[in-house]
Amino acid sequence: MPFQLMLNAFLAVLWMFLSNSFTTSSFIVGYLLGLIAMFAMRRGFSSRFYLGPVIALVRLSIRFLYELVVANIEVLAVILKPRLDIQPGIFAYETTLKKNWEITLLSMLITLTPGTLVVDISDDNKTLYIHALHMPEADEAVAAIRNSFEKAILEVSR
Amino acid sequence: MIAINEIFVVAFALIGAFFSIVAALGLIRLPDIYTRAHAASKSATLGVMSILISVIIFFVTEEGLFSSRTFLGILFVLTTAPIGSHLIARAAYYSDVPLWKGSVQDDLSKNKEHVMPKKRVNRDN
Repeated sequence: MPFQLMLNAFLAVLWMFLSNSFTTSSFIVGYLLGLIAMFAMRRGFSSRFYLGPVIALVRLSIRFLYELVVANIEVLAVILKPRLDIQPGIFAYETTLKKNWEITLLSMLITLTPGTLVVDISDDNKTLYIHALHMPEADEAVAAIRNSFEKAILEVSR
Repeated sequence: MIAINEIFVVAFALIGAFFSIVAALGLIRLPDIYTRAHAASKSATLGVMSILISVIIFFVTEEGLFSSRTFLGILFVLTTAPIGSHLIARAAYYSDVPLWKGSVQDDLSKNKEHVMPKKRVNRDN
């Protein structure tokens, strides 16, 4: 994927030299033309075409901001409720992610999403120990959210 | 007449201040360190973020300058706040700070057993 980005920038510079105008706009035109050429030749690359992961990353960050707002409203409800009826607990969550940066990203997302906080990651990077603010409802609903997060991260890194 | 940008500036600043107050209230009200870490990480992050967003909008519309440092500040707060609260919770857990009335504790039964011997080994060395 970094190779494809480099190649696209190189094609844009090549376009600037061909058209003999060294401006930002001609760079952008060359970049778009290079993108089209690379999309046509995408079977020649060993990895997949790089716009897919980029779009997945943008979607992941939008999702992340949305979850951050939802988490805050949930914490707000817990704090401002007159009676304190939470049931906190720590549960283990098996992850299928392998690389270190994926696990870091997943645990950051978990920490900033509704009602969950990563307390520990096991030594073999397979289990996340998550503190949940409200155990009974968190267990299944949060696991569903988490699976979609994991899928989104896999979409980026695949 | 109130311009629309002023509405945005005031709204974001008020939301940020409100969530900061909520974070502080959470630190007082919640029972143990882990639930407090919830309030501190989430509410404080969003509070600081929206105050900084209001700063950006104010300076872009009033003075016409985009302060990229404020934008970088948002990014840094967003990336470091969850890691900070995670490390505090982890350090508290391994210094045997008890949970409030946890219903399920997987970590306590499984992982601690195999972390504690390692701790002892480190102490001997």
